[in-house]
This record gives sequence, structure tokens and C-alpha cells, in this order.
Amino acid sequence: MPGQRAETAGHRLWQVLAVISAGGAAGATARYGAERLWPTPDGAFPWTTFLVNVVGCGLIGFLMVLLAEGGWSAHPLLRPFLGVGVLGGFTTFSTYTLDFLRLVRHGQAPAALGYAAVTLVGAMAAVWLTATVTRRLVGPVAGQGAAP
Amino acid sequence: MNWLLVVVGGAIGAPLRYLTDRTVQTWHETLFPWGTFAVNVAGSLVLGVLAGATVSSATYALVGTGLCGALTTYSTFSYETLRLAERGKGLLAGAYVSASLLVGLGAVWAGWELGAL
Repeated sequence: MPGQRAETAGHRLWQVLAVISAGGAAGATARYGAERLWPTPDGAFPWTTFLVNVVGCGLIGFLMVLLAEGGWSAHPLLRPFLGVGVLGGFTTFSTYTLDFLRLVRHGQAPAALGYAAVTLVGAMAAVWLTATVTRRLVGPVAGQGAAP
Repeated sequence: MNWLLVVVGGAIGAPLRYLTDRTVQTWHETLFPWGTFAVNVAGSLVLGVLAGATVSSATYALVGTGLCGALTTYSTFSYETLRLAERGKGLLAGAYVSASLLVGLGAVWAGWELGAL
């Protein structure tokens, strides 16, 4: 989606990378904090990763409509910071696949399949819901596409 | 101490995802989000190796929780899938989800076996 990379216009690559790096550090630390607060015992359903991913997907639906689909004109570095950095660093695909493998290796294949499905459905429902509601709130101009 | 390592890993992983996505997206003209697909599969493979090799908690915090966690993303994955579906590319959205799950799970499993060697 080339239109989503328009934030580099007018900004040097290192500035974009710097804000993404800062956001990624913050997002990853928040996820680590959640894992420390609510650790998943071996063989248990990974509720923490599930919630982190669903919350992050809900937030990106809201954010992308506001910042990338023309709902609100903010500082051009805000979207790479929050979207690519914070939310990208907060949510994780690798822990999701590893959680699945751990459940399978624990002899809990049905729970693994359930976890994979529930995360996918929860994430898609969250991003769809927040994007739809935000588009309604910010007016009909948004939602026409991510192009500037 | 591990907190700091997660910060460092996250600070490296997120820009690495951005750069990889930019590079991969210039290689093709299709709507399929190959860039996000590539980082999610690569991150799953590396995290699998770490888990299979049972590395120290410091290494896991830096490379696993920090770097692999920030390199991979579920939020962009879900938004890209939503956009494809909204553009009437439901089949492509389905292919993206299926391929990400199947190849991502294959990668984490292969990584685990590699790490356990």
C-alpha cells in the first residue's frame, strides 16, 4: 500500500526510523510489562498475548482511519511513531505462533487451534469495529482510501 | 536488567520491520502484503530457534521478546487484511491470512527443531 508510506515525504529517513525505533521500544516494553503482570503458565491458554494482540488491532483501526485515511491531519511523524512503532512493537505475530507450538507440544492441539482461531477472529473483529466506528464519527470523507 | 534488553530489542526490531517492508514492497506490484508476511515468518523462525535452544533469559528478552516481538506485528497484519477485504479482494485477504498462519506456524516449528539440535 504505497499511499501509507507518504510520511517520509518532507522527512529524512533517519527521522522516520528514529520515531519508529522509539515507538517500538515503548510498545515492546508495554507488552513485556503485560507478560510480567499476567504470566501464562506452561500449557495454559495464552490470554495475555491474546489480549495484547486484540487491543493493538483495535487501536490500529482507530489510528489508521484518523491518521492515514484523512480523518485528521496530524504531524506526519505521528503515524509512523504510533502505528509502525508503538502498536507494531506492542502486538506480536511471533509470540502468537510460538504460543500455538507450545500448546501443541503440551499435547493440547485443540486448545492451540482454538487459540489461533480466537485471536484471528478477535483481532479482525476489533480492527473492523474501531475502523467502522471511527469512520462514522469523523465523517464520510474518511474511509475512501488510504491515499492522501 | 531484562527490561532494558527488551527496550533495546524493540528499538531495533520495529525499524527493521519498516525497512524490510519498504524493501520487499518495491520488489512486486501485487496487493499481497509480502513485506509484513516476510517479517512475521522471519520473526517466527528466529523465536522458534530461541525457544528450542532454551537460551538465557537475557538473550530471550533482547532477541525474543524485544527484537522478534517488535519485528513481527499483528496490528498491521489485521489492518492489511481488513483493507483487502474492503476493496473487494476477499480471496486475496483469505490467502494472506492462510499463508501467514500456515507458513508462520511452519517457521516457528522449524526454528524450534533447529534450535533443539
